[in-house]
Amino acid sequence: MAQQADRRELNVSAIRNGTVIDHIHSEATFKVADILQVQGEQDMVLVAMNLASSRLGKKGIIKIENRELTPDEVNKIALIAPEATLNIISNFQVVDKARVELPESIERIVKCFNPRCITNNQPIVTKFEVIESSPPALRCLYCERVMRGEDIILK
Amino acid sequence: MGRPITSVISIRGFDRKGILYVLEQSGKMEQRPHPRLLQGHVLGLMFVEVSTRTRLSFASAMMRLGGQVLDFGDPERSSFKKGEGLSDTIRVMAGYCDVIAIRHPWEGAARLAAEVSGLPVINAGDGANQHPTQTFLDLYTIQKTHGGIDGLTVGFLGDLRYSRTVQSLAGAMSHFDCRQCFISPESLRAPQHVLEELEERGVQHEQFSDLGEVLPQLDILYCTRIQEERFADRLEYEQVKSSYRVDRALLEHCGVKETLRIMHPLPRVDELSEDLDATPYAVYFQQARNGIPVRQALLAMVLGKL
Ligand SMILES: Nc1ncnc2c1ncn2[C@@H]1O[C@H](COP(=O)(O)OP(=O)(O)O)[C@@H](O)[C@H]1O
Ligand SMILES: [Zn+2]
Repeated sequence: MAQQADRRELNVSAIRNGTVIDHIHSEATFKVADILQVQGEQDMVLVAMNLASSRLGKKGIIKIENRELTPDEVNKIALIAPEATLNIISNFQVVDKARVELPESIERIVKCFNPRCITNNQPIVTKFEVIESSPPALRCLYCERVMRGEDIILK
Repeated sequence: MGRPITSVISIRGFDRKGILYVLEQSGKMEQRPHPRLLQGHVLGLMFVEVSTRTRLSFASAMMRLGGQVLDFGDPERSSFKKGEGLSDTIRVMAGYCDVIAIRHPWEGAARLAAEVSGLPVINAGDGANQHPTQTFLDLYTIQKTHGGIDGLTVGFLGDLRYSRTVQSLAGAMSHFDCRQCFISPESLRAPQHVLEELEERGVQHEQFSDLGEVLPQLDILYCTRIQEERFADRLEYEQVKSSYRVDRALLEHCGVKETLRIMHPLPRVDELSEDLDATPYAVYFQQARNGIPVRQALLAMVLGKL
């Protein structure tokens, strides 16, 4: 069933070169699209959600032509869609495929949820230790609070 | 110790071995005075929040080692309030001293100070986050009164929800083989993340509402102040206050171990009766004095003299 859906969609939405973000849990699809700021794209972008997935129930897919993601973008996706996979497409073929993965620490891209944290009161870069990756849990290097789920706010 | 200690920001940065090393050095400081160990060194005190005991205890520790103290003064009247960024204030201050002790209401301020000053920094309390020298003096007191930390049953009493003192002591004691009992009213239970961390480390822990039930089993009773502001209802506050008040009659009524020792970070209000002060159970004034050797050891360590 999932196979069939994928194949049909592949026919209408093949890209020559670019990136396919697959296995986004459906509700996070548009958040991922926002992270990637697809509104500003000039080349082809396909955003789909509520596709059948054996692993996630329902999944989203985003395909962007002629685009490679930056490490910050990959880390942001890993925070809000830890199940996602990245596929690099070259000449219609999947040439590289990887689960998004959080590094041991992340800087800058997340805001600390603690209003009394120094990072929310002084102009300094946020730093977090990744203590669990899926679902993600981050410990602020400054105030030492742990954030999970809804508490993780992207900058 | 593996790498030398350069700053003391969080008790989280210390494992069992690191903690024991600090306690051992504190013991040496107490046994023998070192009046010239830190001669020629200046401690900068930056207390951007009222504190008398911690500030004076740092100053005393430094002076007893022959060092000098530069107090950056009343934050309400100094340049801290003139809108200068904290990083700038710290950088300027770093030029005037060799080690900084900082207390600040923003959580993570001491970490920032260590990053931007290039000097060793000791955290003297950053908001509700960390106050590692308090934790070390608590551990030192426990070790001194019981000859060690392993094997003890410790009871934390009172406001476990908001007490950073209890939360960091519980975390530090999870490196030891202790049983931890959390005694509080329902509304002031220790936060879930504290209990989860104990769980992960395989620490034996239990929650109680009734102090009398667990009192006979305790080696250490660590009391904290219950603040009226935490309660919406004055009546509830009064009830809680009276059911967690510790006095001589309660100890006699419940029956306690002869070796029980009662601790309190002070100041106390009326959760601890003065009729305990003269009993062998009371170690809270000794605990406050222990802040000196512990801070001496930490100052000497971060300045590379131990
Ligand atoms: N040329 C292409 N253009 C657009 N999407 C593609 C292309 N090739 C593969 N995909 C999509 O990339 C994802 C990964 O592809 P593939 O590795 O073939 O499948 P799967 O991961 O399901 O085994 C799938 O969602 C697929 O639809
Ligand atoms: Zn923080």
